[in-house]
This record gives sequence, structure tokens and C-alpha cells, in this order.
Amino acid sequence: MSGSTLFEQILDPANRANPYPLYAELRKAPVARQADGTYVVSTHAELARLISDPRISSDDLPDPQKFRWTGHPVTDLLVRPVRAEIRKRHRPFIFRDPPDHDRLRGQVMRCFTPERVRGMRAKTQAITDDLIGKMQGKSRIDLVDDFSYPLPVTVICELLGVPPEDEAQFHGWATQLATALEPNQRGDEENQAKNEVCFNEIADYLQGLIKEKRKDRQEDILSDLANEKEGMNDFDLIATAVLLLVAGHETTVNLITNGMLTLLRFPEHLERLRAEPETAPRLIEELLRYEPPVHYRTRLALTDIPVAGITIPKDAPVIFLLAAANRDPIRFPDPDRFDPDRPDNRHLGFGGGLHYCVGAPLARIEAEVALVSLVRRLKGVSLTEDPPPYRPGASLRGPRHLRLALEGVAGE
Amino acid sequence: MTTRPERIVIVGASLAGHAAAHALRERGYAGSLTLVGAERHRPYDRPPLSKQVLRGLYSADTTLPCHPDLNAEFRLGRPATRLDLTGRAVECEDGSRLPYDRLLIATGTRARPWPNPEEAGLAGVFTLRDRDDAERLGAHLRTKPQRVVLVGGGFIGFEVASTCRDLDIPVTLLVRDAVPLAAALGPRLGGLIGEVARERGVDLRLESEIERMEGQAGRLAAVTLKDGARIETDCLVAAIGTLRNVEWLDGSGLEADAGGLRCDAFCRALLHDGRVAEGVFAAGDVARWPNPYDDDALVAVEHWGNARAQAETAAANMLAGDASAMRRHDHLPDFWSQQFGLTIKLVGLTEGADALAVVHGSLEERRLVAAFGKAGRTVAAAAIDSARWLPAYKAAIRERAPFPPIEDAVDQPRIRVQEP
Ligand SMILES: Cc1cc2nc3c(=O)[nH]c(=O)nc-3n(C[C@H](O)[C@H](O)[C@H](O)COP(=O)(O)OP(=O)(O)OC[C@H]3O[C@@H](n4cnc5c(N)ncnc54)[C@H](O)[C@@H]3O)c2cc1C
Repeated sequence: MSGSTLFEQILDPANRANPYPLYAELRKAPVARQADGTYVVSTHAELARLISDPRISSDDLPDPQKFRWTGHPVTDLLVRPVRAEIRKRHRPFIFRDPPDHDRLRGQVMRCFTPERVRGMRAKTQAITDDLIGKMQGKSRIDLVDDFSYPLPVTVICELLGVPPEDEAQFHGWATQLATALEPNQRGDEENQAKNEVCFNEIADYLQGLIKEKRKDRQEDILSDLANEKEGMNDFDLIATAVLLLVAGHETTVNLITNGMLTLLRFPEHLERLRAEPETAPRLIEELLRYEPPVHYRTRLALTDIPVAGITIPKDAPVIFLLAAANRDPIRFPDPDRFDPDRPDNRHLGFGGGLHYCVGAPLARIEAEVALVSLVRRLKGVSLTEDPPPYRPGASLRGPRHLRLALEGVAGE
Repeated sequence: MTTRPERIVIVGASLAGHAAAHALRERGYAGSLTLVGAERHRPYDRPPLSKQVLRGLYSADTTLPCHPDLNAEFRLGRPATRLDLTGRAVECEDGSRLPYDRLLIATGTRARPWPNPEEAGLAGVFTLRDRDDAERLGAHLRTKPQRVVLVGGGFIGFEVASTCRDLDIPVTLLVRDAVPLAAALGPRLGGLIGEVARERGVDLRLESEIERMEGQAGRLAAVTLKDGARIETDCLVAAIGTLRNVEWLDGSGLEADAGGLRCDAFCRALLHDGRVAEGVFAAGDVARWPNPYDDDALVAVEHWGNARAQAETAAANMLAGDASAMRRHDHLPDFWSQQFGLTIKLVGLTEGADALAVVHGSLEERRLVAAFGKAGRTVAAAAIDSARWLPAYKAAIRERAPFPPIEDAVDQPRIRVQEP
């Protein structure tokens, strides 16, 4: 495809099923400037370094403090509403920098206690058993719709304290809002308008829920956040809840689906997991390296940053291509091989630095319970199409459907 | 020396010894491996001793996990007493003699005892270095002493003070200098921690020293300070620094004194005349080595991370054959501490620093990263409750970046260079 930059090719849905050759191409330059002035970082060493470099910001909206009135009536008019918007919206903490980021994230971390997360294992198992039970008698399923999607939704709703009858609404909202993470969709005006509407709906809903949690405190994260003494204001609370919902939806779905796809592509590993379920944690770490749910994140250079022989200029958008670094042959021997026995597997599947995934322990539990249960109970399972159809997103990458043929479902 | 080693002896069965043993096996060493330890315990971790253990969160059994295939002989509870360099053997207290092809010296340090032996012998007077110390002190703290007097303005003293406050035990912390923690963090940050300690109810007394202790029936009853103040107490912890365990090397010909055992950049022990002692390596708190980030000035670093990294380098070099295949120990010192709800991390060495700049957060918020400069170069960085940016500063220190490093960054105040 001549004329388009490598990163544009990555964004092209036609390359969704296997972006890895493009990643290999990109890694030839650890930091590659694209035609539009975006810098893509794709090698492990450079990424590991930049991911905790304070000259890189996660707040990729123009900083209202730094904005200077140009004196030009049209420009100023254009920017004024943006400023208001930023203040109004209280962006979720993945799009913020310290100190706000630390404050908000800290409050969430205090609610995500290890005991609480560990306590979700039994619940996850029960939901899993239930979903697999419903496959009884079917010879064909779509793993995404029948399993990978409903599982994390139910788990995150339960954790946050969203009543089960309202779960369905969140599917639509979460899917829509996740598009904000895709540069090619985010810029699109129509999509932005949809996001706006969607955000208002979800915010209204959460505002009501927060009120209830203040009146009647329950054993859930939203209750804790809403009742914390020096807690967040309602805007931040809503933004945080939305973030947790979206992140809890869109990533674990991919982890589970990619996991099953990988196991079906390498049946020896599927058999091994069935026989030795205790190997699941290592297998999941390798999955996070080999087929991570989040392929890249965007950042902004606050100043000129010299790295790997070039200089990322001030204000340049920077793409952290985590999935490419995960297959960097300098860091991981034979990186394109799926090998759960890798001794040294410090992947970037959950990101790194101060935005390291808050939900990592929960995601690990969900993936472990899901995959172990699936391989144990689904009998004679096979892919009916390979590659499966993918969702459009290049950042949150995963199959839209994973249609499987089954011979049967074993009991619990 | 190019022969492949068949017998490796490690003296000092703690963090560095443990890490070296594992690194040797990971690198394919299949010969005999013996660890000699003065303590009767298997290698264990010390940092939790002054933190979680005293608080009763963990037991004092912080034994380090041992690989099932380590296949090493542990000779515990029997210190090495002599090194015979020409005969290439280590002699132990039980009279045994262990010949070696390669020797690793990892005997670390011990707590500096209270200088007056009579006072040091009183029941209720403690030091804190090993597991047994932590067990004893922890047991005593559980009896809720009326007050704990801590002597020493270093990290261990502060960590114990913090633990005591968590347990709601009154604490008096005596610091000889005008500011606590100044050696590691400089007066400004040290002063900040001192302030926090005071707010947490520590009776912090600066420029304060003990004149004498009073005992009653062999048990501590009170201390009198040089300024005349008298404090009734039945519990005193002397956290007044460490001594290096080098006495057993007396007469061996190795260059070892209170400053440590002198090594070259490859972790090889040196003789009095500066030559390399064939086949003898050192790692951890006991070693004194040329620091590439400070023009090869000799340092001994008493940090967990250094003990591990140095052990790994030493292990690699023990198997390297000749010097051309050896690698330098170029670890950048790093250190952490937890106290009074704060997490403190430090990379690099602040010794001799002449400038400080708060590069993230602020002193007022007590959440900050501060960089230290020396003659215009960045030499260290400390983080209080915000360690996530430290890797970037680590890189800057490695590169000896001009001071102040990293400008125009996230959460960065206007950088003002001040004295440390
Ligand atoms: C309470 C406490 C808290 C700490 N907290 C931190 C922290 O938060 N962060 C940090 O970076 N560092 C911390 N440290 C420092 C860290 O624990 C040390 O740097 C580390 O233990 C050094 O390891 P080492 O193996 O070199 O020496 P050591 O751990 O001192 O081990 C030396 C061993 O050799 C043995 N030995 C001595 N002489 C002989 C002999 N002649 N024959 C045989 N054996 C002998 C000793 O008994 C000992 O077991 C702490 C230390 C203590 C005591």
C-alpha cells in the first residue's frame, strides 16, 4: 500500500487480523516519524524508557493553562468552548497527569483492595459456569457474544455496584465510548457528537446511582468512592466510574477472546491447560505479551525529547505501540513464538509507568477462570473461521466474533 | 585464571550470597557450591524486619525463596574464621577447612553495638540487624512498653519510630546531628521527614545524645541526655550504624578495614598492594568498589538492590574465565524506605551534592521528586510518594546529565536550584 505511512496501515481495518508484520517493519526504526508528525515508539527498550519519562504527557488535550490568547477573533472563538468543555468534563485519570492523576488513581486503588479483587474469583467462576451452562445443547457459539462480552460486564458492574437490571445499557455506552481511544475514530465529528450524547446519558445515570449510594451505602466501589471523606467531586466520580466501566469492558473481552483464539491455534497448549490448569497464570502472562488486548496508547511530548538518535519535538503526538514492543526480538528471544514457559516475560501488556493498568489483577483472575473453565468444559471445540472478523479498533484490538463449533459441553 | 571452577565457596549466607548462588546455577555452573553462614538461618530478607515484621504483619521468618535445584550445601551457624589465600581455603569456627577455586565474600555488616558494654548489656537495650533481633524487639513491643527511646537519625531509626507510632507506643528519637537522614537525603528532605515524624507524635530531639543509662536489676530503667534531661524507659533501640564483617579476613593479605573490603570494578577482591587476589570476589554491604558515576571513587553501598546486582555481576565474573570476558559492576545505587505513611526512594548517591531542585510536586505537598546536582551534573534523585518518574532520572544520572535534568515536564514547578 504505497503512499500511506506504516501507522496508517495499522489503523486500516484490513490489517487488523495480523498487524504483526507491520509492527516488525516499524521496529526497524525504534522511534518512527509518520507523515502527519506523529511519532511511533515500537521497541521495548525505548518504550520502557519513555513510558516513565515525565516529559511525556497523557493529557493530550491542549492544556487550558498553557493556552495563550492569540488575539485572532476566529481562533480564540474556536478555542474558548474547548476550554469550557475541558473544565466541564473532568477527564478520566488515564488522560491526566500528576498531581490530579495520582490523586484520582490513588482513591481508586484504595477501593480496589487485593481482598476485594481476590473475592471476585468466586463470583467470576459462578458467572462463567452460568454462561457455559447456557451453551449446553448448542453446536455453534459465538464466544464473544455468548461469553467474553457478558462475563467482564457482569463482573465490573458487580464490583462498581451497578444493579444487574441496568447492565444491558452499559454494553452500548461502553462500546461507543471506547471509540475515544481510537485516533481514527476520535477525530471524526459525527462520532464525537455520538460520544457526547452517550457521555451525557451515562453521566445522568451515574449521577442518580451516586445519590443512591450516598443514601444507602453498599459493599461496592462506587459506594466507597461516593462516601470517601475527602473524596472526588461528582464530575471526577462520574469520569472515574465511566473509565472503570469502559476499561473493564473492552479489554478483558479481548483478553479472553484472543486467549481462546490462540489456544485453538495451538492445540498443544489448549490440551496442556486442560491437563494442568495450574499453568494458567504463566500462560496468561504470555498471552498478554503475544496477543495483548491493548495495542497502543497515545501521548504528547511536552518538550523536545532525544531518544534513539532522533528528537521527538515538543507537542508531537506519540504512539506507544505496546504490542510491537512485546514482540521485540532484542528483548524476547523468538518473539513470534507463543511460549508460556518463557522464563523472563516482562511484557508491556498492561502498559507501564504511572498509568500501569489498575485492573491488572482483576483481568488476570477473569482470564484465568474463563480460559480454564472453557477448555475444561467445551468438548471438541474448533474454529469455524480463521482469522475471525475483527472489531474496527486498532488500539483495543480483538475479534468482533469468534465463532466456534462444539461437540458438547461437560458438566461443572 | 582460565580454568573452570569446580568448587565455589560463598561466605555469608544472606541476600548477596543467596543471589550469587542462584546466579551461578542459572549460568550453568554445575560444580560444588557451599554457603557458609554465621547465622543459623537460611538466607532471608532484612528490609521487612524494620517495617512489617515489628508491626506484627509478617513473622520474622522472611526466608528468601530457594530454587529446588539450587543444590548447594549450607553450613549455617558456623562463621568463617580465617582465609588462607595461598592455600585457597576458608577455615570455619568448627575447625573445618573448605578449599575453593572461587570464593565469594558476602559477609555484609552488623549493627554497631552500643559503645558502653555495660549499658549495652542491660535488658531492654536492642539493636536491629537480623531476624533474631527483630523477633526479640517485636516481642518486646507487643508488651506495650511505656516508651521507646531510639538512638540514631538514619533510616532504621525512623522506620522503627514509625512502627512504634503505628502501634501507639510513645517514642523519643534522639539524633546527634542537627537534621535527621541528612547523610542520605540531605538536610532539606531529611528535615521534611523529621517534620512528618513530629506530626505523627514522635518526640524528635535533634543535636541530642545520651550521657548515661540507668539500670535496675539488670534492666534498663531510664536514660539521661547530655543536656541533662532524664527519660524513663525500659526499651531503647540503638540504630547507630553498622560495622563491616571483615575481621575474619585479618592476616589474609586482603585490603579490608572499617570501610569495607576493597574490590576492583569487576568485583574482584584486592590485596594490600592493589593486586587482584586470584579467584576471590566480593559483593554486597561488605564490598567497597569504584563507582563509575563518581569518577571511580570507592563506595560501599548498604542497599538491598546493590547486594543483588553485585552478586549477579560477581557470579558472572567468577565463571568468566579471564578478565577480558568480565563485566563491570556499574549498578546505580537505589534504595527505598517506608515510614510514617511515606514511601521514600532514592537513586544515585547524594554524597557531596551541592545543589537540589524539586522537579515534580513540592515540599509543601510532601509529594515530590528532587534531583541532586554535584558540580553541574545530576548525581541522584529522591522521590517521596511519587516514585513513578524515577526511571527517567535514573537514566539522567547514568548519562551524567547536566543539572537540573529534565525540564518542561509533567507536574513540574518552576525549577529553582537551592542547596540540598
Ligand atoms: C532492618 C533493616 C532494614 C533494611 N531496609 C532496607 C530497605 O528498605 N531498602 C534497602 O535498599 N536496603 C535495606 N536494608 C539493607 C539491606 O538489607 C542490605 O543492604 C542487605 O541485606 C545486604 O546484603 P548482604 O548479603 O551484603 O549482607 P548481610 O545481609 O549483612 O548478610 C551478611 C551475612 O553474612 C554473615 N556473616 C558475617 N560474617 C560471617 C562470617 N565470618 N562467616 C559466615 N558468615 C558471616 C552474616 O551473619 C549475615 O548473615 C535494610 C537492612 C536492615 C538490617
